[in-house]
Amino acid sequence: MESIETEVLVVGGGATGLGVARDAAMRGFATVLVERKDLAEGTTGRYHGLLHSGGRYAVKDPRAARECAAENAILRRVAADSIEDTGGLFVTTPWDDVTFGDRFLAGCADTGVGVEEIDVADALRREPAVNAGIRRAFLVADASMDAWKLVWACARSAEQHGARILTYRRVVEVLRAADTVAGVVVVDSRSDEEMTIHARMTVNATGAWAGQLAALAGCRPVEVVPGKGIMIAMNHRIVNTVVNRCTMPSDGDIIVPIRTVSVVGTTDSPVADPDQLEVTQAEVDHMLDEGEKLVPGFRHARALRVWAGARPLFGARPPGDDDTRDITRAHALIDHAERDGIGGFVTITGGKATTFRLMAEETVDLVCRALDAGGPRPCRTAVEALPDSEPGAYYSVGSRLARREAHLLDDQLVCECELVSRQTLEEAVERRPTANLDDVRRALRLGMGPCQGGFCTYRATGIFHRLERLDQVTANTALLDFLQERWKGVHPILYGDQLRQARLDDWIYQGLMDVEHLPAVAAAAIGSVA
Amino acid sequence: MEDLIRASLDHCIKCTICETVCPVAQVTPLFPGPKYEGPQAERFRLPSGSADASVDYCSGCGLCTQVCPQGVKIAEINSRARAHFKAQKGVSVRDRILARPGLTGRLGTPVAPLANRVMANGTARRLMEKAVGVHHAAPVPVYAGHSFQRWARHHERHASPRLDGRSVVYFHGCSVNWFEPDLGRMVVAVLEHNGVEVKMPRQDCCGLPLQSNGLFDAARRALGRLARDLSAGSAGHAVVASSTSCGVMLKREGREILGLDDDETLRAVGARTFDVCEYLLDLHGQGLLDTGFRPLPLTVIYHAACQQRGHSMGTPALELLRLVPELEVIRSEADCCGMAGTYGLKKEKYDIGMAVGERLFEQVRRVGPDAVACDGETCRWQITKATGRASVHPVELLFRAYGLEL
Repeated sequence: MESIETEVLVVGGGATGLGVARDAAMRGFATVLVERKDLAEGTTGRYHGLLHSGGRYAVKDPRAARECAAENAILRRVAADSIEDTGGLFVTTPWDDVTFGDRFLAGCADTGVGVEEIDVADALRREPAVNAGIRRAFLVADASMDAWKLVWACARSAEQHGARILTYRRVVEVLRAADTVAGVVVVDSRSDEEMTIHARMTVNATGAWAGQLAALAGCRPVEVVPGKGIMIAMNHRIVNTVVNRCTMPSDGDIIVPIRTVSVVGTTDSPVADPDQLEVTQAEVDHMLDEGEKLVPGFRHARALRVWAGARPLFGARPPGDDDTRDITRAHALIDHAERDGIGGFVTITGGKATTFRLMAEETVDLVCRALDAGGPRPCRTAVEALPDSEPGAYYSVGSRLARREAHLLDDQLVCECELVSRQTLEEAVERRPTANLDDVRRALRLGMGPCQGGFCTYRATGIFHRLERLDQVTANTALLDFLQERWKGVHPILYGDQLRQARLDDWIYQGLMDVEHLPAVAAAAIGSVA
Repeated sequence: MEDLIRASLDHCIKCTICETVCPVAQVTPLFPGPKYEGPQAERFRLPSGSADASVDYCSGCGLCTQVCPQGVKIAEINSRARAHFKAQKGVSVRDRILARPGLTGRLGTPVAPLANRVMANGTARRLMEKAVGVHHAAPVPVYAGHSFQRWARHHERHASPRLDGRSVVYFHGCSVNWFEPDLGRMVVAVLEHNGVEVKMPRQDCCGLPLQSNGLFDAARRALGRLARDLSAGSAGHAVVASSTSCGVMLKREGREILGLDDDETLRAVGARTFDVCEYLLDLHGQGLLDTGFRPLPLTVIYHAACQQRGHSMGTPALELLRLVPELEVIRSEADCCGMAGTYGLKKEKYDIGMAVGERLFEQVRRVGPDAVACDGETCRWQITKATGRASVHPVELLFRAYGLEL
């Protein structure tokens, strides 16, 4: 069994974990991060993509609002390449209380959230698709943030500072030496090989799964409630500004334009297991109805895909309350030495993608104190830009089209919807050997457009097969797994245009290629609309 | 509510049928195809536009929209994207000139003999290609030296034809006014021969060349003005157009692409606009068309231009020509002649246009007809220039078969 040693071990490859790993590495700690699947495959990769201005919490949760406002300003400087400066609107729809706007303005003023009330006519000129019946409109500094870009930029930076990032390693045991956590044993889920990682400090950054890891470590229960939220991506950008309902946070109160889609979200209900997130028809209908209030005609637009994420909500649930929205969105940092008498172990959970950097800073501050790092090691993540964000230019939705334009004649298009070229795909596979198309998807957005893999899956599999020298069975398995993954997010929203698309995709894969009878590792059951 | 052209991209299921009919994508890799530029690229565009220069290679023929089984307004999406691109990049002097046939017509007409000599002179044309980018071999129209409108005003004052109480407004377009006034007179004669009173109010350009060269604001002004000119004193009469592209602009294209859905006058005029052959065939359907044609012992190829197809009216010209005894009409096998308005005139697109039209030219060379009949004026010029064969508007053949004279 392989065995390695490090100073700081981070468990969890979401935004928080990567933030901690990067910060720790930048402060000179030997750092290792382990993630049971791929980076950002948990909650981070399943959120609507909003960089909060703080406006959403200005009335309800002042601490969260304050933190969001401050982090928004910082991330715009250090993570510009992951951020599109869409701006945000809070609008009072005919279903909302007009006087809430006054509380909203007061809350923003109290918490340092920048806001400006604008004429309804100006708001409608800016976003003509928004409900013309809105009665008030407020402009805030909301933006959209690409979680995958952010996490990969953090990972690259962490590695540049000497950290090791190990994906597909599941923690099976937490090593204890008397009253101290001494590291973990992980299993490589692709090779089944075990590895022992000894660490002076283990950081539990597993978010909604934090209770599970704390239990493995033998701590008193960490009260993390996984709050399920569903999101629906619509086929194109119906709005180009983040549009929020100006009301207390509730279901379906926001549409976020991110990359090529617009995402409507979200719901909030407690679940027992963050790995079991069912999407029900009722939730989908509810989301579309709420979308219709913000943008009339929303129900006629094409829904691309639906998914659910599990927020890590820290704190006791009020008894009998079925809505997790009353739990603070601020984060929690638990020093288990102090709380449970168990050293070498801290938990960071709660919080939001917007505040991931602050969470990391506070966590590594605690690590410095606990490891008695010999003098202050100041945090630099608020001033040092992430890779590709150094020029400070925001991401723009047209950039991929512009890049494609430059290579129209010399590079084949593999994913037509998201404009992924053959060269880009080959480079991604070279950078990171994998037999999993879904890993490539998260890095490149392969298969994430309207046809949901209908036209790129077989092309990408062929290229994969040749590059990786995958044998026939492994290549077939990669294809089937990817189709299955795509199908999961499509079947709950099969109506209208996406139903037609699914039918065509079905003809291609079932009718033309008969994929269900391909020799593969495990006969994955591919959903069929037939 | 969101704008309907953009929203139509949601219907695309990537079936690729549009790419298989696109005449431009078939002959050049510089144009990545209607699906790419339309529903695909549109998802990456902001209202302020984007920098995909390749969309400028779309000829605007509109075949993609016509064949799309899902109802995606592909050509319309592309047309807007092209306008955005040009607005960002700046519209060239050449395109500004090509976009204003009314202006060039007005300037060229008084000096027609000189202008025509210059345009026929190889050296002058090469200089012109260098200076403004109009290809030296591209077909340019010949100035008639007198405008159709001048004749029309005289005709309205003095003619007393046999009339059946039906009246139409004739939308003749720039081409008839400055370059082919005789065609306009033939249209009037054929209509009057069938007992239809023809009103010819003063009118100017429909804005189509402005639109296809990306000058949307000017195009909006032109189209709005035309709608009012045609509607003034027309008392709800049908509007009859002899230029297919300008006719379809007035019928629907301008409203859709330029976003002029709120213009009530335009909507009303558009709803009662007919292509001249469509109108004549409609008369025939009512038993009101004189079918006493004399034999025309000729062989013609009928080419349904891309813009003719934009009318979604079938091929009324073909049906009318089949009423003429001894006239052998062969259908063109091609979808597009490659001119597509002003596209094939441009230096960088001339070769593409000629390659697009090659299928038609080859058929013309093979069959060797007496003439090619085509509803679109720039197509006729292109066909004649490329094949040396005469090309005529279908109405000219009807005019001759009626034994009429100018």
